[in-house]
Amino acid sequence: MKQPLLIGNGQGFWGDSIDAPINLMTDGPIDYVTLDYLAEVTMSIMQRQKQKNPSRGYAPDFVQLIKDTLPILMEKNIKVIASAGGVNPQACREALFTVAKELGFSGVKIGIVEGDDILTRLPDLLDAGVELRHMDNELPLSSFKEKVLSANVYLGAIPIAEALAQDAQIIVTGRATDPGLVLAAMIHEFGWAADDWDRLAAGTIAGHILECGAQATGGNFSRWQEVPDFANIGYPIVEAFADGTFIVTKHSGTGGMVTKDTVAEQIVYEMGDPQNYISPDVCVDFTTIQLEEVGKDRVKVSGIKGMPSTPFYKVSLSYNNGYKASGTLTISGPDAHAKAEKCAEIIWQRLKNAKCSFAETNTEFLGLNSCHGDILPFPEQVNEIVLRVSVKDQDAANVTRFGKEIAPLITNGPPGVTGFAGGRPKPQEIVAYWPALIKKELIKTSVTVEGV
Amino acid sequence: MRKIKLREIAHARSGDKGDSSNVGLIANDEKAFNLIKKLVTPERVKQHFGGIVKGDVIRYELPNLHCLNFILHDSLGGGGSESLRNDAQGKTHGQAMLLMELEIPEGIE
Repeated sequence: MKQPLLIGNGQGFWGDSIDAPINLMTDGPIDYVTLDYLAEVTMSIMQRQKQKNPSRGYAPDFVQLIKDTLPILMEKNIKVIASAGGVNPQACREALFTVAKELGFSGVKIGIVEGDDILTRLPDLLDAGVELRHMDNELPLSSFKEKVLSANVYLGAIPIAEALAQDAQIIVTGRATDPGLVLAAMIHEFGWAADDWDRLAAGTIAGHILECGAQATGGNFSRWQEVPDFANIGYPIVEAFADGTFIVTKHSGTGGMVTKDTVAEQIVYEMGDPQNYISPDVCVDFTTIQLEEVGKDRVKVSGIKGMPSTPFYKVSLSYNNGYKASGTLTISGPDAHAKAEKCAEIIWQRLKNAKCSFAETNTEFLGLNSCHGDILPFPEQVNEIVLRVSVKDQDAANVTRFGKEIAPLITNGPPGVTGFAGGRPKPQEIVAYWPALIKKELIKTSVTVEGV
Repeated sequence: MRKIKLREIAHARSGDKGDSSNVGLIANDEKAFNLIKKLVTPERVKQHFGGIVKGDVIRYELPNLHCLNFILHDSLGGGGSESLRNDAQGKTHGQAMLLMELEIPEGIE
């Protein structure tokens, strides 16, 4: 058993730094690198891609990353766990095999975890009386079923740990919880039992601290003035021990910082009831977490208590709910705010004249109130302001019509208006989110490990 | 009575869950934690955020982290992809919380 086990997360979301995973592999010692590529919207985009082309529907960025790093992974025997499979982990593995062959590597074992994607099973499940009621408003899914774009269960750490037990070096999952990617490495390396709740809770917290990348190492930290060298910020690493304690750190020589305060901020990120954090693997009591600074950029985490997991998986469904668009104009000079108000008034009046109506509209003034409303009083004069107007409607034609009403203001409204670039705003499909629960016994996960 | 800014004694981070945001407010030390427990009530937070929060504000305590966790219900204009707001995910609600001013009663440091 290797102790401590070094696990780093190099991707907090699809679109995060492309250099971070490479730096984790090259700037110092590391055993495992985890990468999170999926979001609700991502799954629906990937389903569409797969419907058009059966060999797509995963995150191609991950394949590029492996192309760039496979020699390092093989040389240092670093394992990679990535939720890059989207709705097509098999196609992702095929693409990875192609890359490995091109680079002349043989014996690379790649595991995939499947069973999370229940889109094609939905009609049968609904027929069998599985209602998939919305977790917040409790509506049954049946009346929305025609609009569903994707349906995925959040799988936990256990199937990933199985793939590791079958000696996979790279593991590609579909929908899996972010903390599960990290916990899986610990379950495998330390031999933790599936009902060792305190240790599973500890590994889940380790995963939660890592899951948003640099948000644990100074990114997004309130006292940002204290954070050194943001440009070279190091992504977080845990040094994990078999008893469930771990130390949060980063590679030496990198920017950012790891303190009780930066770690605590990440712990409370997206938190609900702290005494009942529910994952497919375990329920965790966040009020038991103890933090202690044990060196520069080193925070020890201990004391974590867990409780038995629930009989349910969470399902993340997405469905089409109409269209939206936003347009912006920059308004400058004397009375910038008043002129921006006038511009908004003109846009809405012209759309009314055109008998164009919307399910919802929104008017914001970036620089004044788009984030914090009227919490602080507005200054009397601002040098410039950005007007942002937005609409949504079930009818894409209305949203398209709205997009044509922004640019004219540059010449036919108040003076000092600019910043219209990039063409007319186009309708964007609204991919709405439908969270539900499903009994675990209805989901069959499958793990396969193959080598080239 | 004296006034201090919340950001002088605490730090914060926010995120989203559907159409609600959460703000984890972390006091700089135990004394500050006792102060925010007393003064930063759910009612005070609801009032502070004004038109941003349409629903209830729920507060949880994590004494181990000197933290109060606030759930701001119906605060994201629909949330995620449905929201028309610039900040559709409440990423900035933590910074908004820190704009709060506290009135410290006499006799309390």
